[in-house]
Amino acid sequence: MSQTPLVTEAEIAAEGLKPQEYTEIVRRLGRHPNRAELGMFGVMWSEHCCYKNSRPLLKQFPTQGPQVLVGPGENAGVVDLGDGLRLAFKIESHNHPSAIEPFQGAATGVGGILRDIFTMGARPIALLNALRFGDLKEAKTQQLVKGVVAGIAHYGNCVGVPTVGGEVYFDPCYAGNPLVNVMALGLMETPEIVKSGASGIGNPVLYVGSTTGRDGMGGASFASTELTDESMSDRPAVQVGDPFMEKCLIEACLEAFQTGAVVAAQDMGAAGLTCSTSEMAAKGGVGIELDLDKVPVREQGMVPYEFLLSESQERMLFVAVQGREAELIEIFHRWGLQAVVVGRVIAEPLVRVLYRGEVAAEVPARALAEDTPLYERQCPSEPPAYVQQARQWSVDQLALPARSPSEILLTLLATPSIASKAWVYRQYDHEVQNNTLVFPGDADAAVIRLRGTSKGIAATVDCPSRYVYLDPYEGGKAAVVEAARNLSCVGAEPLAVTDNLNFGSPETPVGYWQLAHACGGLAEACRALHTPVTGGNVSLYNETIDSNGQPQPIYPTPVVGMVGLIPDVQRVVGQGWRSPGDAIYLLGLPLTTPLSDPRLSLGGSEYLAQIHGLVAGRPPQIDLDLEQRVQAVCRYGIQQGWIASAHDLSEGGLAVALAESCLSGQRGATIQLPAGTYPRWDVLLFAEGGARILVSVPPTEQTVWEAYVQAQLPNAWTRLGVVNGEYTELCIDTCDNSPLIKVTMEELALAWRSPLPKYLD
Amino acid sequence: MSHALNVGIVVFPGSNCDRDVAYVTSELLQWPTQLLWHEETNLSDYDLIVLPGGFSFGDYLRCGAIARFSPIMAAVKDHAAAGKWVLGICNGFQILTEAKLLPGALVRNRDLHFICDRVHLRLEAKERPWLQAYGDKTVIRLPIAHGEGCYYADPATLAELETNRQVLFRYADAQGNVTPESNPNGSLNNIAGICNAAGNVLGMMPHPERAADPVLSHSPSDHTLDGLQLFKSLLDAAVG
Repeated sequence: MSQTPLVTEAEIAAEGLKPQEYTEIVRRLGRHPNRAELGMFGVMWSEHCCYKNSRPLLKQFPTQGPQVLVGPGENAGVVDLGDGLRLAFKIESHNHPSAIEPFQGAATGVGGILRDIFTMGARPIALLNALRFGDLKEAKTQQLVKGVVAGIAHYGNCVGVPTVGGEVYFDPCYAGNPLVNVMALGLMETPEIVKSGASGIGNPVLYVGSTTGRDGMGGASFASTELTDESMSDRPAVQVGDPFMEKCLIEACLEAFQTGAVVAAQDMGAAGLTCSTSEMAAKGGVGIELDLDKVPVREQGMVPYEFLLSESQERMLFVAVQGREAELIEIFHRWGLQAVVVGRVIAEPLVRVLYRGEVAAEVPARALAEDTPLYERQCPSEPPAYVQQARQWSVDQLALPARSPSEILLTLLATPSIASKAWVYRQYDHEVQNNTLVFPGDADAAVIRLRGTSKGIAATVDCPSRYVYLDPYEGGKAAVVEAARNLSCVGAEPLAVTDNLNFGSPETPVGYWQLAHACGGLAEACRALHTPVTGGNVSLYNETIDSNGQPQPIYPTPVVGMVGLIPDVQRVVGQGWRSPGDAIYLLGLPLTTPLSDPRLSLGGSEYLAQIHGLVAGRPPQIDLDLEQRVQAVCRYGIQQGWIASAHDLSEGGLAVALAESCLSGQRGATIQLPAGTYPRWDVLLFAEGGARILVSVPPTEQTVWEAYVQAQLPNAWTRLGVVNGEYTELCIDTCDNSPLIKVTMEELALAWRSPLPKYLD
Repeated sequence: MSHALNVGIVVFPGSNCDRDVAYVTSELLQWPTQLLWHEETNLSDYDLIVLPGGFSFGDYLRCGAIARFSPIMAAVKDHAAAGKWVLGICNGFQILTEAKLLPGALVRNRDLHFICDRVHLRLEAKERPWLQAYGDKTVIRLPIAHGEGCYYADPATLAELETNRQVLFRYADAQGNVTPESNPNGSLNNIAGICNAAGNVLGMMPHPERAADPVLSHSPSDHTLDGLQLFKSLLDAAVG
């Protein structure tokens, strides 16, 4: 027993551990840790692995519901789809690796989240991603976009899982710290959901997949600190992915689970062998003895510290039924993969690591994986200065632009965040597996049909991060209701949420205030919509320390990934107009709504940011009751077959949504505002909020539709106009017949299609 | 008289469209269908062997370059030499050129990006059995998804392909005009698919198996059903 430190203060700091955390480790062990043990604590006690800053806030999320089969704590959440179908899904970030090495960083992000899905026994069926970059005009941003998109394409296309949807936003706040969040969905293939808790004393521990090398050492700790100028030299902390190996691993694992010889499984992601052994042991209330000499290696001379902290990709750990390891090993060998018994389940609840016949590390499993540090912080009672200042702004201070409404519309369509993302999704195989009902860009949510049933799955990722920056609580609510609105626009009933909390440092009062309030808003909205959170990912310290030592945090960005169930996949609608003569309706707050209504706002809007260069005001306040009623009407109308298209209003408000429905449907529209008193034209056309959805309805269905919508939403629907033919115009006329907007389809298409190719080709 | 073909679909490590083809032949067409591990050597039970899309062996060296050494490939060559059907889709087309069952090569797309999209194709050499079920149609629409689909061959080979009417699919516009703008990947002569001189081995970059399911065609997106006739054509040819 060592009574004096075996490691230096510098080594403790290098593991990302604080002095008081080291003291706690010594207390837990009753001795000083050696270098390998210190490394194990360093990764397992990082925010990435143990949520020491965010756990108290995550507790408020609703996690229960009749549809939830597996909630937070396992590799992925699982929900019941009926008909014996069960959907596993989860979102995860790979922000810091992508900032340093965009191609491999993004590629391994895809690989990691897929392993979370098939570790449960589910076959991955779809990928989505939420990407955020700096100003697209900057050369550095262009390189990052190209690298990240190519990395996602490289991995997802090869592994044969379609990338069916996502979102891409550009804002200078993400310049040094882009966000790469990847969500994966899978359908269970085994009767039993494969869990990660080890059991059965004496059962063999099987290592499968690829070999272990020094790549990705300490990636979890790396992900839990700010990015500095020196981070660029930290490239060994970024792993290298092999999607071919992963494809073989998927097939071999799913085959192995079918045998019934697998007791538990855990993928090796962040913190590699350390994380998988300690979590499997802690969850099962047992211990694991691991012999490093048996671990397949790709390089020589590795020491225990390196084995334990390697984040080499495409590796998994199984606990097998004793005596049946040979049949499992045969499956993996057939797929050209490693499969070796590297240890066994032991009764003492600890992780014991053997190396060259000696104990190289011995740590209580719970101390690493469950009984980890927790920092309850005090949330400042007052909003930070920047928020108070932003709230001073009001629309009265804003002069109407000199340019015409048509010019403003075309400018907004050409901003990279709103412009067509075809350049991105054309590089992703979005059709492999032959279940993709709706191609990217055609509807508000991705839709995958479920073979053998009439059902489908809808999925979306969403986060209005400027709203969250200006008002984290309402912004958090907005992220949830916008995701649900996307699903409702294809006719899907929202089921459950996986969230990816991308924030700055929680150690600053502003950072913690943002995190705490955003979590509060997310929790309230998830409760109201009955969409429990089944898991997710927390990515803190998304800041760049500039050369002057000043931290530059990103906008707080809690990305909501939501899945929904479509009862009849043949009724799904897209966002584009379908036929000339269809009537166009606005659901939600009417256009006559005065600006004094806080549910509608120019604050935090795309119009204010792009046209006036202002990030100010209060974003729209979310009316959870109205949202639910509008969304329910939209879903019902789609499921009845009354609605031909549906598109929600988001960035750019009414005018941009109308233009998008024109672009997607390749036909124009004529809007004639009904008689009434309207706010100033920029508010009318570009304000955001109001729980609004645009739908189009064929003439044959209009009578029954209008009767229904009048009964359900008496004061929250408006008939706006009519769909035109191809190669026509989008015209918006005021109630006294003067033209407000008049643009041709060619003008719309040119503005909207050009920006990404212009900067990226 | 048979109303079905016996289909064998080769599974190389890294194939990822094998199950999609099987869904079409087995579920939609109700043909007896078998997935064949790449180490299989007896193909005598099958009328049609499909080399599916994907990334065989990761395509790390060169697309299809390793797959052509798989044990099953000798049997595929015998199968082809016996005049039986061989269809290579996407990565399968690449493997067929590497295995010299078809001439030419598939190289990186002109703009170096992977492309997933739907394209118009002009049907050529409609006397070939593969196109019999298309009737009067001269232009079809199929999905593509590839990073290395730019068809290349030396001038003599190209001339021979054209003279022998071995080009079956050419990238075109909606009216069937073969133009530079309608060529997604830079393929010479806008070539999207070719057969061997005998006509029983077809390689194509577009994915007919992704355009065969009526459930998907009922969608806001522009799914087509133009792939199904390709499979049906072979049945017509077999039945005579």
